[in-house]
Amino acid sequence: MRVFLSTLALVFALPLAAHAHKAWLLPSQTTFSGSDSLVTVDAAISNDLFYFNHRPMSLDNLTITGPDGQSVEAENKASGRYRSVFDVALPQEGTYQIAVRNGGLFASWEENGEQKRFRGSAEEFAKKVPADAKNLVVSESIGRIETFVTNGAPTTKALEPADKGIDLVPVTHPNDLYAGDEGRFRLVVDGKPAGGLNVTIVRGGTRYRDSQDEIIVTTDEKGEFAVKFAEPGMYWLETSTTDDKTSTPLAKQRRLSYSATLEVLPQ
Amino acid sequence: MVRTTLLACLMTSLALVAPLALRAEELKMAGDQLELTVEVPRLNVAEYHRPYVAIWVQGEKPEDIVNLAVWYQVKGSTPDFGEKWLPDLRQWWRRTGRGLDFPVEAVSGPTRPVGEHTLTFGKERLAGLKPGKYKLMVEAVREVGGRELLEIPFTWPSDKVTKQEVTGKKELGKVSLTIKP
Repeated sequence: MRVFLSTLALVFALPLAAHAHKAWLLPSQTTFSGSDSLVTVDAAISNDLFYFNHRPMSLDNLTITGPDGQSVEAENKASGRYRSVFDVALPQEGTYQIAVRNGGLFASWEENGEQKRFRGSAEEFAKKVPADAKNLVVSESIGRIETFVTNGAPTTKALEPADKGIDLVPVTHPNDLYAGDEGRFRLVVDGKPAGGLNVTIVRGGTRYRDSQDEIIVTTDEKGEFAVKFAEPGMYWLETSTTDDKTSTPLAKQRRLSYSATLEVLPQ
Repeated sequence: MVRTTLLACLMTSLALVAPLALRAEELKMAGDQLELTVEVPRLNVAEYHRPYVAIWVQGEKPEDIVNLAVWYQVKGSTPDFGEKWLPDLRQWWRRTGRGLDFPVEAVSGPTRPVGEHTLTFGKERLAGLKPGKYKLMVEAVREVGGRELLEIPFTWPSDKVTKQEVTGKKELGKVSLTIKP
């Protein structure tokens, strides 16, 4: 029970706390050719990029969108002690979005002197949390962890923003990034430009250097930011924010988080 | 000299009688051709595989590209087996390869052995090449080996025979470009 609770606490803490561990998807590569193409992806939660040395990521909320905008199934899903893994066949030409979408309502209250907890959707909330719950505390979160891979030339249909949460809208395509070049992106919240968001970008391979060397940029009024990738490699990008656009009046605040893994190729 | 006069003549008439001028320009270029030699070097390595090589003409704008050749494993256990490694020709893949359907007629070809290979491209292949500044690009990548990209800048067309040569350090030997009017 304690293990379960601490896992639960971690799952919730992840997108919320600024100093939380990093959650990431690591594709084996991002640029493919041929109809037999297949990507294998590691999914983990850790401090170090991209080393699976802490916890596996749950794949319950894994969603993959193909170049035609249709959902694609992952194959060979497995979770070990430190990482989860799955394969995605890439028969279509174009860009696939691979995302883990977390979120929902989280509630705690007292019932007969006992502490009760709930996690789930707004509909489930109405069913499972008593209307007269004592000392009820409700929070809402929407988090996304994603990466992109492309067979052939990059396309954008799989990258259309969702109705809710933070989204990365490409100005530079996320599978068209090269060392020494500038990448430009737009962040949106619920599909609308999100200005003033702080974005942290860290290159992988942190084990082999003395500092994080993170790049921190802030989005402008159009929600846009630019970053020059000095070196090739896999980069992790993260941002988060809060607002009051909750789906239930019981939750006062909505916490939004977004992270992506981007590959920057050499020239 | 005759060419220069013709070109000047064409340029002045272009605005007035564009279709006619274009036809005249095509005729004028009838003799123009590019002759290349590309050397696949002999390497003293334990495990040798023939390199994948892409050869293309790059204009000043990223989209101004004429593909001349790509040598890769065109036959394998599945029809597109060898295509899997084409992105390793990474500059070519980024600029043009990723948008092509393979095999590309008159461009795709099998990998070539060690030695000097001569390729000649005439008016049919160079029809898209407007007068201007270009670079001949030759990129090679080898399984369990390295990658190398060579460039030869040139102006097209040329009114006299011009020959330029560069030599690679690792994956490519001598590459030469001859422009014949």
